[in-house]
Amino acid sequence: MAMLSFERKYRVRGGTLVGGDLFDFWVGPFFVGFFGVTTAFFSVLGTLLIVWGASQGPTWNLWQISIAPPGLKYGLGMAPLMDGGLWQLITICAIGSFVSWALREVEICRKLGIGYHVPFAFAVAILAYVTLTVVRPMLLGAWGHGFPYGVMSHLDWVSNTGYQYLHFHYNPAHMLAVSFFFATTFALSLHGGLILSATSPPKGETVKTAEHENTFFRDTIGYSIGTLGIHRLGLFLALSAGFWSAVCIVISGPFWTRGWPEWWSWWLSLPIWSN
Amino acid sequence: MAEYQNIFTRVQAYGPAENNIAVPGGQRERTGQAWHVHLLGKLGDAQVGPIYLGWFGLASAFCMFFCIEIIGLNMLASVNWSPIQFVRQLPWLALEPPPPSMGLKLFPPLNQGGWWLMAGFFMTSSVLLWWVRMYRRARALGMGTHIPWAFAAAIWLMLVLGFIRPLLMGSCGEAVPFGIFPHLDWTAAFSIRYGNLFYNPFHMLSIVFLYGATLLFAMHGATILAVSRFGGEREIEQIVDRGTASERAALFWRWTMGFNATMESIHRWGWWFAVLCPLVGGIGILLTGTVVDNWYLWAVKHHMAPVYPAVFGPMTDPATLQGVKP
Repeated sequence: MAMLSFERKYRVRGGTLVGGDLFDFWVGPFFVGFFGVTTAFFSVLGTLLIVWGASQGPTWNLWQISIAPPGLKYGLGMAPLMDGGLWQLITICAIGSFVSWALREVEICRKLGIGYHVPFAFAVAILAYVTLTVVRPMLLGAWGHGFPYGVMSHLDWVSNTGYQYLHFHYNPAHMLAVSFFFATTFALSLHGGLILSATSPPKGETVKTAEHENTFFRDTIGYSIGTLGIHRLGLFLALSAGFWSAVCIVISGPFWTRGWPEWWSWWLSLPIWSN
Repeated sequence: MAEYQNIFTRVQAYGPAENNIAVPGGQRERTGQAWHVHLLGKLGDAQVGPIYLGWFGLASAFCMFFCIEIIGLNMLASVNWSPIQFVRQLPWLALEPPPPSMGLKLFPPLNQGGWWLMAGFFMTSSVLLWWVRMYRRARALGMGTHIPWAFAAAIWLMLVLGFIRPLLMGSCGEAVPFGIFPHLDWTAAFSIRYGNLFYNPFHMLSIVFLYGATLLFAMHGATILAVSRFGGEREIEQIVDRGTASERAALFWRWTMGFNATMESIHRWGWWFAVLCPLVGGIGILLTGTVVDNWYLWAVKHHMAPVYPAVFGPMTDPATLQGVKP
């Protein structure tokens, strides 16, 4: 049932972090585990809270449904349910389910005897989310600095927050984050293209080898990072994108309150220019 | 535990440099001694070079040199040829496209966009010649042409921004200036002028593919590193003859999210996400100002964005005021 041809021999007992054998089973293709149960609990509850929040709101338009954070007047306290309390509960559910999902990935890694790179990478994404919805609001002293949960409303939040600092492109950490996003996408197009081009030779020719891959990049740019290195590089670039995204928003407000273009005046007034 | 995660190569073996695959025409244009860089070997392959010279590559390099030279000298001229001020103000310096009053004039005065047109011409030539080089190398090695076609998607975005859209708008002044902060200013001004690009559905899609590609590379890179103890990085071998590395990689995702790619298909997912990012982004730029004047009003019309109360009174477009010259 729902098993790949080679799957049965991998479905072994053990590797769980919590709960021993109690939740050590699969449902269809999914591994459950203790953290599968907590993932399900938090994600179902959070989703229902969003749906219920939408039912109390003015619209069922998927683009416009929005769960807003509390007003600034509530500071770091609990807000009434219909005035941001729902946002607070949903945020707790979101963090609970993300962390559960990461720990469930750890259990699966242990079961399969593979490295922990995927849950670690996911942890960076969770860090970025927590920075946005917990760390920065706490540093600024109000949950109201979190972003609203809605398709258009979160875009408006990003736009408005950006323009509060006049021109967000001048934020140096934002520059790094965007550059890493572009670099990751660029590197992925090269890596994906290289593997596909090696395994899709012209008609009548055999599949090519890793030596061909190396030769292609040595020929064109003088260096090939190699089959192992490209995955290290890709992971590094992708995680850097997430990390610097978190940095660029957490420094906006808590550490720099004026326009970002102005921040660069330190460069213009370095002592090395004067004489 | 840490030593099993394969973050760095801990022991490097040194031997004679790896030979590049022989191609028809021989090694004639492959030049430079291969050498080894220990630090590069920590992350990936330690060997640097040799490189293939080739006429298209040389021509491309020359064109890029001219382009950068034109931009740099114009910026240097703009600070009165002071090298110190050049370095000091470099992030703010620009080579601007022709003013709107020049329209599509092919040869505007040099200091009114003429240099910009020339730099753009050389940059475009360089990029197109580099595309030919990538295509010919792939073919010479008997490989598919997926990389040049992905490259073409990026070239499409570049041409939309600097050539096709200005052509449709009837003014070279619509194009992007050269310069670090100036191109960021252009981007912000462009977004505001057309009612905030966040409401542009093709911009939304482009960002989805940008983030999606980053997510995919994090997932893929992490998965391959995680199964590298089983030889997972030998992807071509794993594609044609599935081993335990592929099986564990597939099962990891199947057990996690109920679905898995294969060792081959993950590269198709990645290629398409990466290609669609500039492809749909270019469509979004092309429609802006030519077909849609205000993306916010467009989104309201199509029931995506709500109508926000007007906070400010009606304002006059500064460009229509008396005394303002385009």
